[in-house]
Amino acid sequence: MNDKRCDNFGSFSDKTRRAWYRLSKNKLSVVGFVGVVVIVLAAIFAPFIAPYPTHAGKVVDFLNANQPPSLAHLCGTDPMGRDVFSRIIFALRSTLLMGVVVLSISVPFGTTMGLIAGYFQGSLIDSLITRLTDIFLAVPPLILALSVAALLKPNLMNAMLAITITWWTWYARLAYGMAVTLNREYYVRSAQLLGASWMHIIFKEMLPNCLSPILTKMTLDMGIVIMTAAALSFVGLGEQPPTPALGTMISDGAKYMPTQWWLTVFPALAIMIIVLSFNLLGDGFRDLFSTEEKQ
Amino acid sequence: MDIPILKLSMLKKYFPYKKGSFVKAVDGVSLEIFRGETLGLVGESGSGKSTVAYTIVGMYEPTKGQILYNDQDISSLYKFRSNEIKGKIRIVFQDPNSSLNPRRTIRQILFTPLKLHKNDRYKGFPASPEALLEEVGLSSIYAYRFSRSLSGGERQLVAIAHAIATNPDLVLLDEPTSALDVSIQAKVINRLMDLQNRYKLSYLFITHDLSLMRNVAHRVAIMYLGKICEIARTKEFFEKPLHPYTQMLLSSIPVVTDEEEQLKPKKITSRGEIPSPVNIPPGCSFHLRCPFATDQCKKLDPDMKELEAHHYVRCHLY
Repeated sequence: MNDKRCDNFGSFSDKTRRAWYRLSKNKLSVVGFVGVVVIVLAAIFAPFIAPYPTHAGKVVDFLNANQPPSLAHLCGTDPMGRDVFSRIIFALRSTLLMGVVVLSISVPFGTTMGLIAGYFQGSLIDSLITRLTDIFLAVPPLILALSVAALLKPNLMNAMLAITITWWTWYARLAYGMAVTLNREYYVRSAQLLGASWMHIIFKEMLPNCLSPILTKMTLDMGIVIMTAAALSFVGLGEQPPTPALGTMISDGAKYMPTQWWLTVFPALAIMIIVLSFNLLGDGFRDLFSTEEKQ
Repeated sequence: MDIPILKLSMLKKYFPYKKGSFVKAVDGVSLEIFRGETLGLVGESGSGKSTVAYTIVGMYEPTKGQILYNDQDISSLYKFRSNEIKGKIRIVFQDPNSSLNPRRTIRQILFTPLKLHKNDRYKGFPASPEALLEEVGLSSIYAYRFSRSLSGGERQLVAIAHAIATNPDLVLLDEPTSALDVSIQAKVINRLMDLQNRYKLSYLFITHDLSLMRNVAHRVAIMYLGKICEIARTKEFFEKPLHPYTQMLLSSIPVVTDEEEQLKPKKITSRGEIPSPVNIPPGCSFHLRCPFATDQCKKLDPDMKELEAHHYVRCHLY
């Protein structure tokens, strides 16, 4: 069995190593990757990283209120005397949770809807799904999310719901386009002629061929979802005080501009870094998948 | 050779074209395929040979006519056929690059038909993807590879393994070798013939390569503009071609030796190209290109005549 070593061809660890190698050749995506890892770790270990972990909650320390950035308070303190840096670290939690929950619901749902509509192209179910996505896509996502969130009680859960409702349609549209092309592939026809169910064809034959653009869009979207979430919390429709949220911190700090600039600038910087990291990583993934396709 | 496995009677498939007109891809094809037999279906591009195959497997619904499988009418789309029939009539497509899913391993690809048709398995039939690979002459280590790391010939063999996985009676081979290298063609063809002997498979071998048919087919049918011109046993077909179109095709096969040159029918030159299947000429569809065309040919479409046993011709000359 000389050929035994060939068994390992394309095994998982091998593939990951090769993917990492290609990703690492693009310096910017490595920056994005490191950024994402740091952000995720900071969010998970927030109580250990934040210098004043209690400041994420209802704490009042008027003695230290409105301090500019210093060694003791890296990003200064707010009018309640709470450490802005600690609050930013804790705000990462709800921000990331938002992105992850929104995408992990809207991407599978949207993709499935799109594939179903594309597979049954020309049928009633196709027109139903396509018209529904058209209606959603006709309204700018932020406006739609704002109106949905405004209808519901303002809290993190409802903000997630609002963004999820607007977000799945983009994936439905993306998957729809791909399913329509894949319908013509002979392996799809061959599965149909074999008597395979539509579930088999959609999830086993079509889905694996749609994964790379969807994963790429997902990483790129993470930043945009986070930005939309920040916009919602900016107008008070996200996480409610005293739990810190980046958008709320910016809107609260805006009242004290420009004298207490640190209240606004540092949370805004945090959003910028998060979005940038995810976008750089997404770009890297896109290049990775497009070279893989070519091989 | 008694009851045909598959019988087509006056099968027609028209595709709607610009208002009111149709592309008459298949325009009245009748033929029979017997158990364990290879029927070669030969024709130029656009003669409708692939449409015949696609209609048999149910990718298209016949406009008219019947498809009988073991005397059972199956003239409908694949959706309305029973699972058993889907497993009994299988097709191998021309391009193996497109017929194998690039994101699934060979094992996953071959497992699908086995899983869906486990009821019709009989003893001794390969029941695992690895066994199927060995059956078509590939090493079982290919099972965990993706189709992109296989060569064209190997891909086509996997496609063949996929087709025979359901233990079919009839396999439609839609130009299975035309995308392949000549040296690989022989390998694939030999494997197909092995499988035929072992499992008593019937093949409808669609090709435009007439010389290939000499070695592979038991009977050969020539198709021109959606109609069959001539069907004969391979030996008679090559020795005594009757239809002018057949003679023309045979005389255009390139040969190497003088001996072969002697065997060839006299050179028949024909004019023009195959007409569009949208407006098929009246009368005999071949009369525009036929050197023996008479007035009768321009007006009347000839009927199929059995001149000798199992030798059918559609021509006014006989």
